[in-house]
Amino acid sequence: MIRGILVAGALVAGLSTVSAVMAQSDPITERQQAMKGLSQAARAPGAMLKGEAPFDLATVQTTLKTFADTAKAGPALFPDNSKTGHDTAALPAVWTNKADFNMQFAKFGEAAVAAQASIKDEASFKANFPNVLKTCGGCHETYRAKKS
Amino acid sequence: MKRLFSALLLVAIVGLGLFWWLTRPIMAVTGAQAAALEQGGDAGRGELVFNAGGCASCHATPGQPDRKRLGGGLQLKTAFGTFVAPNISPSQADGIGSWKTADLANAMLRGVSPDGAHYYPAFPYTTYAHAKPEDVRDLMAYLRTLPSVDGKAPAHELSFPFSFRRGIGLWKTVFLDTTPIRDEPGKSAEWNRGRYLVDALGHCAECHSPRNPAGGIVAAQRYAGGPDAEGRGWVPNITAKGIGSWSKGDVSELLATGFTPEYDSVGSSMADVVRNTGALPKADRDAMAEYLKSLPAVDGPPRPPKKD
Repeated sequence: MIRGILVAGALVAGLSTVSAVMAQSDPITERQQAMKGLSQAARAPGAMLKGEAPFDLATVQTTLKTFADTAKAGPALFPDNSKTGHDTAALPAVWTNKADFNMQFAKFGEAAVAAQASIKDEASFKANFPNVLKTCGGCHETYRAKKS
Repeated sequence: MKRLFSALLLVAIVGLGLFWWLTRPIMAVTGAQAAALEQGGDAGRGELVFNAGGCASCHATPGQPDRKRLGGGLQLKTAFGTFVAPNISPSQADGIGSWKTADLANAMLRGVSPDGAHYYPAFPYTTYAHAKPEDVRDLMAYLRTLPSVDGKAPAHELSFPFSFRRGIGLWKTVFLDTTPIRDEPGKSAEWNRGRYLVDALGHCAECHSPRNPAGGIVAAQRYAGGPDAEGRGWVPNITAKGIGSWSKGDVSELLATGFTPEYDSVGSSMADVVRNTGALPKADRDAMAEYLKSLPAVDGPPRPPKKD
């Protein structure tokens, strides 16, 4: 009897650990974090673009690497079982136009990689970085709900 | 008995007459004023009106990149049904190629078609009604320079009673304010310009305000955001309650690039709004920001709790 309770207890504990891990690796939370990571990475170069911070090549390159890595990981963060929940702003079009949606991530990644190569100084930064930023809106327009 | 019947008939006729009178289309310009509008339009200035008014956002043919091909066809799905933006290209057969400038003025300033029918307020004439007739004149000059696009857009799909157009006349008596926007002497020229761009052309309030069940903007909560009329999502509060911590430069930057101060990039139809505002001179974006930053803090409708 006592053993039975212990086993049951262990099982419950085990299951709740599993579900805690599941919650952590929940794709909606994960992609929300990834998107937040992109906006955080964009802030320093954004300030440089506006002339609010001095140009720093290393920071810009780190940001571009974050962009390129996230773009690669992006499509996998929108599996079929993540259409609703956690206040997601992803619109159903993400899944009805999956090929185009994935292509938006590819475009973003290509723009980031191209900028990694072309940005060498402040002038090339000011000429090329805005093109990378422009790709954000292209995807949000079709695939993201209005959200405050 | 016969007298009672006659009395009832009389009441019905008077009632119907009253309804017909209340719902009659009212033109903005007629006669000599209409003829005068045909002269002196400036297409260059009209392009600015076109961008500030966001015409392409609804009227450009969807699924192709040219914002100057105004073949219509974009669907707006709302609680009242589906509205479809019409062809406003200079096509004689399918667009507005046969329109006089006065026809465009009556459409934009009063929501009335050339043949005297009411337009649905999905076309934001509730905002354009405050615009200057000279701006409509310039806009018409610009529209006439754009490519002619063949093909009529499909009709709206609305259920009764919303399918009954004449009834919009009654709606207008309550919700259509046609007072022109005049400069407020105590405010700067920049603020007044911004107010005109936002409240007469940009029609920001049309999405950034909650609406009542009749589809009218809740005046006390103008600009305070609310549920997205097109479905899922929540339109942000753009009074000081929502953007109080933003600088004027932040607001102007969003209108230029679509980025918030946190470097979030705006989504949904706002991404296209930025295509319009991004094409304006920076001084105009700054003016819009100056005015928007002056909106006092207003609480919007309560937001439903977040769902897991």
